[in-house]
Amino acid sequence: MSFSITKHGEVVVVDVEGQLIVGNRQELKQKVLDELEKGERKFLIDFTRTGYIDSSGLGVLVSLSKKIREQGGELRLANLNDDLKTLFELTKLDTLFQIADTRERGLQSF
Amino acid sequence: MARARDPLDSMRVVIELEVPNDVRNIEQIVELVSRQIRELDFPARACSLNIPVALSEALSNAMLRGNADDSAKHVRVRALVDKAALVLEITDEGVGFDLDRCTRDPTTPENVVREDGRGLYLMHQLMDRVERYTDGGNVVRLTLKRP
Repeated sequence: MSFSITKHGEVVVVDVEGQLIVGNRQELKQKVLDELEKGERKFLIDFTRTGYIDSSGLGVLVSLSKKIREQGGELRLANLNDDLKTLFELTKLDTLFQIADTRERGLQSF
Repeated sequence: MARARDPLDSMRVVIELEVPNDVRNIEQIVELVSRQIRELDFPARACSLNIPVALSEALSNAMLRGNADDSAKHVRVRALVDKAALVLEITDEGVGFDLDRCTRDPTTPENVVREDGRGLYLMHQLMDRVERYTDGGNVVRLTLKRP
């Protein structure tokens, strides 16, 4: 499991390589908060390579979304597989996040 | 890990693990158990969503709450698969908790913005039955019937 960060124009794209769960959620949180601290405000997390997310991972996304919004920024998500879409629907987090089908659409949505 | 076929019933397989209390082990345990269950012809969706997420939640609760994140403690996982269902039992060294009182609906307008409180709810949503009892430790039992 790892997280890679790239910059696309004004948007920071975080690629999640593997599952987002209790054992690694703090790493993702810290990486995004470090970018927020540097002044970045637009974030897109790409889940192309993620099979599932547990409740801790979902909680970190909620936490990051709040912190980014407090700084006048925006967190969006992209490339959720059918299992991840189901998780977001079950928890109604699909109502909290703007979710794009592709990275390109996610980038264009800012 | 011990994986033994019961000679009296070829449709019954038991997988047993005892693992150190470290949340960094969870992904590997979940992958191992899910893969074994997939080989027993459980539906693909159950093996990619229901089982991994519910087991991950149960392990996380066992390690962080039941065992209070104590690295000297252990968690046991027992998976029983037969032609009717999968039964997962996750045992920690804690005193247990009230399942009903601890489960809340994270989809209400006031709860959906909270960071916590989705674990037990997801277990209930993704499994057919969730039970908790005490038997030489605190046990959470998750049952998922075959379609």
